[in-house]
Amino acid sequence: MFLTVTISLIRGLGEAMKLFGFTLLFSLPIGLIIAFGAMNKWAPFSRFVSKESKLYGFRPISAFINFLVWIIRGTPLMLQLIVIYYGPGIWFDNNIWGNGGRMTACVIAFVINYSCYFSVIYRGGIEGVPVGQTEAGLVLGMTKSQIFFKVTLLQMIKRIVPPMSNEIITLVKDTSIARIIAISELIKAGESFMKSDGITWPLFYTAVFYLLIVGILTLLFSYAERKLSYFR
Amino acid sequence: MSVLEVKNLRKSYNGSEVLKGLDFSLEKGEALSIIGSSGSGKTTVLRCLNFLETPDEGIMKVNGKTVFDASDKTKKSDSEIRRNRLHFGYVFQNFNLFPQYTALENIKLAGELLAKERPDYSANRKNILEEIEANAIDLLSQMGLSDRADHYPHQLSGGQQQRVAIARALALSPDILCFDEPTSALDPELTGEVLRVIKSLADKHTTMIIITHEMKFAHDVSSRVMFLDHGSILEQGTPDEIFLNPKEERTRQFLSSYQK
Repeated sequence: MFLTVTISLIRGLGEAMKLFGFTLLFSLPIGLIIAFGAMNKWAPFSRFVSKESKLYGFRPISAFINFLVWIIRGTPLMLQLIVIYYGPGIWFDNNIWGNGGRMTACVIAFVINYSCYFSVIYRGGIEGVPVGQTEAGLVLGMTKSQIFFKVTLLQMIKRIVPPMSNEIITLVKDTSIARIIAISELIKAGESFMKSDGITWPLFYTAVFYLLIVGILTLLFSYAERKLSYFR
Repeated sequence: MSVLEVKNLRKSYNGSEVLKGLDFSLEKGEALSIIGSSGSGKTTVLRCLNFLETPDEGIMKVNGKTVFDASDKTKKSDSEIRRNRLHFGYVFQNFNLFPQYTALENIKLAGELLAKERPDYSANRKNILEEIEANAIDLLSQMGLSDRADHYPHQLSGGQQQRVAIARALALSPDILCFDEPTSALDPELTGEVLRVIKSLADKHTTMIIITHEMKFAHDVSSRVMFLDHGSILEQGTPDEIFLNPKEERTRQFLSSYQK
C-alpha cells in the first residue's frame, strides 16, 4: 500500500512541479514587464491641457496596468482558474483547451496571477533603490543601461529576495488549486485514497512532499541572501 | 577665456521660480563658494550644470563651447548630453557611493565603462585598464585612504565615504568639480577630514564650485564667494569682501546667523 501511495503521490508531485516550474518561468519575466508598465510615466494629455486640469499628469498606461493588477490581485486565483478553463467552452461553445489542455489553461491562469504579484515586488525593489544611485551614475557619464545593469540591478535583486521567497513558497502550495479543474496534483492524489480506501495517512504524507520542496527553496533563498549580504 | 560661463539661468518648479536668471562665470583654477539659506536655489544651480535638471532658460558654456542653450530646441542625443556632463564632476551631500563595489571599484567603474567607447580599446585593453587602476590607486592615496581600497562603503565612516566619492569624481578629470554641501551629512568630527581634502584640491588650483554652510571654510578656501538669495545672486566677490565687508543688508543678516 505504502508503495502504491508513494508512486501516486510522486505523480501528483510531478504535475504540481510542472505547474510550479512553468509559472515561474513565465511570470518572473512578465512580472518585470508589468512592473515597468505600472511605472510608465507617459502622460499624453499634459501637452494639451493646463496644469490645473485633472488630466494633466494622467498616465494611461500606468493607470491601465494598475487597474489590471487590482483585478487580478483582488480576486481569488481559484475564480480566475475556473473562468479561464470553463469560460470559453460555455460562452463560445468552444473549449479552446481541448483534450489535455487542462495544464495549459492552468499555467496561463497561474502566470497571469503571479505576474501581477511579482510586478508589485519588482516595483518595490526598483523604487527602493535611492534616486541618488541613478544620479551618481548619470554624473559619471554612464548610459541608462549601464546604470541599470552595473548599479541598480544588484541592489534591486537584494531588496526583492525576501518578498520573492515568500511569494514563491506560496506558489508551491497554491499548485493545489489546480485540482479544481481536475488536475491530479499532489493533494488530489492523496485524497483519492481517502475516498477509495478510507485512509487518511496519505493526506499527511502529501504534507511531507510540500515540506521537502519548501525546505529546499528556503535553503536556496537563504543562500542567495547570504551571497548578497556583502553590501548594504 | 572662462572655463565656465552661465547666462540668464532660469528654472521653475510647478510655477514657482527657483532660479531667477543667474549670470556668472568661473576662471580656470578658481574655487567658487556658493552660500545662502536653504531654498535659495544653490543645489539647483549645480544640478542644472550637471544636467540633472533642465533649465527653462539660459546658456551654459564650457571653455567657450556651448554645452546647453535653452533656445536651441533640437533634441540632444543621450550621448551628447553624456559627453557634456563629463565636463563636470559632482560630489553629493550623501555620497551616493555604489554599495556593491569596493572603494577602489567605485573609483574605477565609470572610467572602465567609458574606456570601452575608445576606438583602441580592444587593442589596448590591458594597458588602458592598468592605467585606470593605477590612477584610482593614486587618487585613493591622495585621499589618505590607501588602506581602505578593498573596503565596501558600509565598512567606511561617512568622512571616508565622502573622500572616496571625491576620488571617484576626480577619476574622470572633470574641468569643474562641483560639491553639493559635501559635509552636511557628516558628524562635526568628520567634517574636518573632508574639508582638508577639498582645501588641498584648492591649493592645487582645481577648478571648483562648492556649496557649503561652513563659512570659515568658505572664507579660507575660495577665491570667490557668491551669495544666493531667493534664486538670485545678491552679491559676489572675494571672500574678504563678502565675509568682512558685505554690501547688502541681507548678506549681513544671513552671515550673522552663523555667528551665534
